[in-house]
Amino acid sequence: MRNHSLKANLTGYAFISPFIIGFLAFTLIPMFISLYLSFTSYNLFSPPRWVGLDNFEKMFTGDPKYWNSVKVTLYYVFIGVPLRLTFALFVAMILNTGSKMIGTYRTIYYLPSIIGGSVAVSIMWRNIFSEQGIVNGLLMALGAAPVQWFGDPGAALSMLITLSVWQFGSSMLIFLAGLKNISPEMYEAASVDGAHPVRKFFSITLPLLSPIILFNLIMQTISAFMTFVPAYIISKGEGGPMDGTMLYSLYLFRQAFMFNNMGYASAMAWVMLIFIGVLTLILFKTSKMWVFYESEGGR
Amino acid sequence: MLYPIIWMFFSSFKESRTIFTTATTLLPADWVWSNYVTGWQGIGGYSFGHYMWNSLVIVVLSTLGVVISSALIAFGFARLNFVGRNFWFGVMMVTLMLPHDVVLVPQYIIFTKLGWLNTINPIVIPQFFGAPFFIFLMVQFIRTIPKELDEAATIDGCGKFRLFIQIIMPLIKASLATAAIFSFYWRWEDLLGPVLYLNSPDKYTVSMGLKMFLDSESASNWGGMFAMSMVSLLPVILVFFLFQKHIVEGISSSGIKG
Repeated sequence: MRNHSLKANLTGYAFISPFIIGFLAFTLIPMFISLYLSFTSYNLFSPPRWVGLDNFEKMFTGDPKYWNSVKVTLYYVFIGVPLRLTFALFVAMILNTGSKMIGTYRTIYYLPSIIGGSVAVSIMWRNIFSEQGIVNGLLMALGAAPVQWFGDPGAALSMLITLSVWQFGSSMLIFLAGLKNISPEMYEAASVDGAHPVRKFFSITLPLLSPIILFNLIMQTISAFMTFVPAYIISKGEGGPMDGTMLYSLYLFRQAFMFNNMGYASAMAWVMLIFIGVLTLILFKTSKMWVFYESEGGR
Repeated sequence: MLYPIIWMFFSSFKESRTIFTTATTLLPADWVWSNYVTGWQGIGGYSFGHYMWNSLVIVVLSTLGVVISSALIAFGFARLNFVGRNFWFGVMMVTLMLPHDVVLVPQYIIFTKLGWLNTINPIVIPQFFGAPFFIFLMVQFIRTIPKELDEAATIDGCGKFRLFIQIIMPLIKASLATAAIFSFYWRWEDLLGPVLYLNSPDKYTVSMGLKMFLDSESASNWGGMFAMSMVSLLPVILVFFLFQKHIVEGISSSGIKG
């Protein structure tokens, strides 16, 4: 019997060994290295030099560019993600009314999300918002003044946020799957009781969808914090104008690979890790108050 | 929703000089096909076909690696009993949420010390150790397969590995396809990997080729840049239309993709 369980254990570990090796080599050991480097000054060419908390001190008190990147990223995340999820839910509800064209709509709304991470789309976005681009053309046609999208840090950031909202397709599909799981009888019963659509939305749809809202919220928030390619391409790697598109990941990238401040970049990465960890924890903890599970222990 | 993509499509047929003066009109006045010719000639001394080939090699190797290894690992988690299984599954779920930024710098240092700079190794090899997203997706799929099937096969004298290859693999084809499609997208569109690890233009990928077009904007080969942007999206759009159903199922059951 003992022999058997040893064999079973060995077989199990044989199957998952790629994960364990990969986790150690590409995640756990790098994380320790990163933690160590965050207390050093290291430029890749001479050995790391221990500087204690200097990196963190500089970050919090002596680097306005750092705080700017924090501010820009928080704007990007806390405006972009709710907008994106609201759009996603709105469109999912329209599609859920059971249109025959659903396949076509799926294509129209989801395709942007599929290609959204590509350089091509970022280049396109850059040109759509360029000075003589189509957005300004439309603004002028409507009688409004054209906007200097690449001259004004706020405008440049809204351009990035628009791009992220445009790619709401994947959250939309997850909402759609969730909406399909709500039984029509619920709505019928509510109709019999005389509930109007707004009431139904707040009393049935939102509560039953809340676990999925939580899931989307967490995944989208994490990925938004790590946005890199659009900011990198649209600003040609500079984070401009006036650091208006200097997202945290882009600033970290520049510190590490343009200025060779590997220690400082590692410290930045750890602050981000801790921040995202705490934020996720808060979302989970507070979710008990607003997430509704139909069957406790479900999902 | 699709307007920006359509606009880019038509712009790729406009004459470079007129793309912006006619930004608000969709259709080109005369159709200029030469953008595709000049664009294809490429930039940085290599044709765009060269960049396409480089991307293809990376995508095919990465995708094979990630799908096979993820399936093995998923089978282990979903079907085998061993001490510490829940622990490792938990570890995997945590890495699913881990921001990549935190390992970016150390990974770069490790790969540099290994002498892997300017090779595709740092981009391809990690894929052979499974990806948490795909592992999770496949575990969910395998769990829907009745366990009696395993028991029957085991009684007939089927070993675990054969069970995996001959019984489970064919039944989770849909999730293998989903993983393959997403791996294809992510590797094809990847920019950070090539920017960090590839530094000679003969190794550049499609993303890097496009970036070079953008950097040399002063040459104002706008038409060529738009044309090659379209070409770079073509495989992605093609795969999307061919496998639309799988993608939609995959996404709604797992929630992957940013």
